[in-house]
Amino acid sequence: MKQRTPSLHRRLLPVVGLLALSAITASAKPPTSEVNTTGLAVTDDTVTVGQLHSATGTMAISETGSIQAEQLAIDQINAAGGVLGRQIKVIKEDGASDWPTFAEKAKKLLVSDKVGTVFGCWTSASRKAVLPVFEKENGMLYYPTFYEGLEQSKNVIYTGQEATQQIIAGLDWIVKEKKAKTFYLIGSDYIWPRTSAKIARKHIENVIKGTVVGEEYYALGHTQFGSLINKIKLKKPDVIYAIVVGGSNVSFYKQLKAAGITSAKQTLLTISVTEDEVLGIGGENLVGFYSAMKYFQSLDNENNKTFVKAFKDKYGANSVIGDVTQAGYLGPWLWKAAVEKANSFDIDKIAAASPGLELTTAPEGYVKVHPNHHLWSKLRIGQWGTDGQAKVLYESELIEPDPFPKGYQ
Amino acid sequence: MIFFRTLFKTKGEAISFAVFVALIAIILPLALPIFRLNLVGKYLSYGFVAIGLVLLWGRCGILSLGQGVFFGLGGYCMAMFLKLEASDPVSTSIQTTPGIPDFMDWNQITQLPWFWEPFKSFTFASCAVFLLPGLIAFIIGWAMFRRRVGGVYFAIITQAIALILSLGIDGNQGFTGGRNGITDLKTLLGWDIRTTGAQYTLYFLCVFLLLASALLAKYIINTRFGRVLMAMRDREDRVRFSGYDVAMCRTFVFALAAMLSGLGGALFVLQVGFMSPSLVGIIPSIEMVIFTAVGGRLSVIGAILGCLIVNFGKTAFSEAYPDAWLYLMGGTFIAVVMFFPDGLAGILDKSGTLKAKLSTLGTGLMKKLKPAESAEKASAAVAEIPKTAEP
Repeated sequence: MKQRTPSLHRRLLPVVGLLALSAITASAKPPTSEVNTTGLAVTDDTVTVGQLHSATGTMAISETGSIQAEQLAIDQINAAGGVLGRQIKVIKEDGASDWPTFAEKAKKLLVSDKVGTVFGCWTSASRKAVLPVFEKENGMLYYPTFYEGLEQSKNVIYTGQEATQQIIAGLDWIVKEKKAKTFYLIGSDYIWPRTSAKIARKHIENVIKGTVVGEEYYALGHTQFGSLINKIKLKKPDVIYAIVVGGSNVSFYKQLKAAGITSAKQTLLTISVTEDEVLGIGGENLVGFYSAMKYFQSLDNENNKTFVKAFKDKYGANSVIGDVTQAGYLGPWLWKAAVEKANSFDIDKIAAASPGLELTTAPEGYVKVHPNHHLWSKLRIGQWGTDGQAKVLYESELIEPDPFPKGYQ
Repeated sequence: MIFFRTLFKTKGEAISFAVFVALIAIILPLALPIFRLNLVGKYLSYGFVAIGLVLLWGRCGILSLGQGVFFGLGGYCMAMFLKLEASDPVSTSIQTTPGIPDFMDWNQITQLPWFWEPFKSFTFASCAVFLLPGLIAFIIGWAMFRRRVGGVYFAIITQAIALILSLGIDGNQGFTGGRNGITDLKTLLGWDIRTTGAQYTLYFLCVFLLLASALLAKYIINTRFGRVLMAMRDREDRVRFSGYDVAMCRTFVFALAAMLSGLGGALFVLQVGFMSPSLVGIIPSIEMVIFTAVGGRLSVIGAILGCLIVNFGKTAFSEAYPDAWLYLMGGTFIAVVMFFPDGLAGILDKSGTLKAKLSTLGTGLMKKLKPAESAEKASAAVAEIPKTAEP
């Protein structure tokens, strides 16, 4: 008994502290005129934010996870007292997987609705379409996807990894573990896979001193990988480095398996497969292959257990959480932290307050905002099992985000 | 007066045109905030394609499922000029090679490609906006109409061209910006196109050019040439036997429709601020046909109203019901087909006979103002053909 009492105390202490803290912030709610000097949609009780993803069209299947995670975070923040004592109201807009629509809706959220911030976008193309709108209207976007880098904006916080964070540590690991010397790079044909392959090639050739025996790109939605598989069989690379996205993944892995290229004989490392994709591909089709991500659902830490439980309680026991979903979840929390640090909803003040912000409650463990508006984060290597979950084999140190990497351009 | 008569056959037509002018040039600019007006401007830029489709599809009976190609070409010509202007060495100093568009730098291109060079000139770019689509349409049209390719086969070929172009743009991202398109366009000859004042100016420029194009189309329709086009649609062989160069007439209309689409694309870029391959491919090409079908493929004003109505519906539904709006749009299309069956009958009506009079959504509203545009005119044109042409 004597042993239990203090531990109960210790467990209750943060709760009491949190209640007290929220009571203090609620009672000492700063007046709207002070925290909102630029005419955003902030009242004494509410603050309106926007959510801009594709609810329809080809990207809907990928973006649903982000929509859900952002909503979950907003609900949790509201339940804990909101932001500066104000409840968050969400205006949802559908980008419809169409880039001009993204630009239109972004403008609507910023100009007509005057939202405090926007959580949204998934593909690079949609981000590129809305970026000028955010810069012109001075809005703030929390962007969740791992992406190619080569970009930095005062008006965007990138909560996913930029390319070097995802690529370099992963390649180093596979070289160390598998003594790999030859690599075959395969990607979908657009800016993210091409930039990633460029960085990977520079690292392989200049740092690892290995060779790239093949580099090929296929149009988005491509489903016939027969000739590619023949080339792979001919070149026999130590590692297949895959950056294939979307629906193509399903055919790619099924055809690899059908051709006898399985993890028993072949090492494959991908940076484009998360739990969400595995749901479509089927765990049995890529069992034993590796993914390099900053987050896996199976991560073993207290933050993540709480997050996974809350997510499954809300969206069903069968739902899965991928890297981008987790990064989406970080958005509202980082925004809340920035607003509270700045003690203001003004975009300029949030942008200035963001660098240096830390989030110790992140499901991925710990993140910190870099002055370039990207996050410091770790890289993990997961090995896929038949159940569609990854076993985490490796975890790097915190990696500094470097969207304009010297020597890799 | 004679000119006026050529444009407007009846008083009703003139009145409906005047009402339309008042709507887009006076009522909407006064009633809507600039953000919404800018959207209307975007919808109206599709109106150029719709005018082209009225001429091509409604009057000539040639269904093109590739008008997005020409819209895209015009748009890309304008976007290339604007992008070069936005890529001065100072604002791109962070790049490995300053002074070239950012996406080229990301793709390890160190020198501006030769075909980008002429787009440094505004005169060249603004001529290319309609001359390039016109030229390409002329080549395609000439090659196909010479060989008497028509109907479904023509539609399939135009669709294939749309696919080729969008894949070509996607696959050459170092030269074209790829899937992301050409983004972050800022100024036109030093004039910031993103300010409120600029957006008003561009809107009225768009309205002015659209009305001019609409009048041009109406003029063509109501001249003797327009009647020959209609006769060709209904009885191609008779017109050919009586000595008209069917292929050349059709090529001309196809090229004209392409030039109008290119102009629309350029105005789209100026008002929206970027261009992407998602506006070039099959889906936008078909969407533009839908706008025209909903509005009425025989009526110039109807088709433009079709663009406005469908796109306004899209915006309004998707803002109100972000999860269910596509079903609402689909439901609306079905409702249009059910309640204005003749408006969409043209798609199925291969023979091209004008059973449908004027009952399309846009013009259906003006039914009483406007007398029926009926088969008599077409048959009148055919009646000019001497009896000897009869086989």
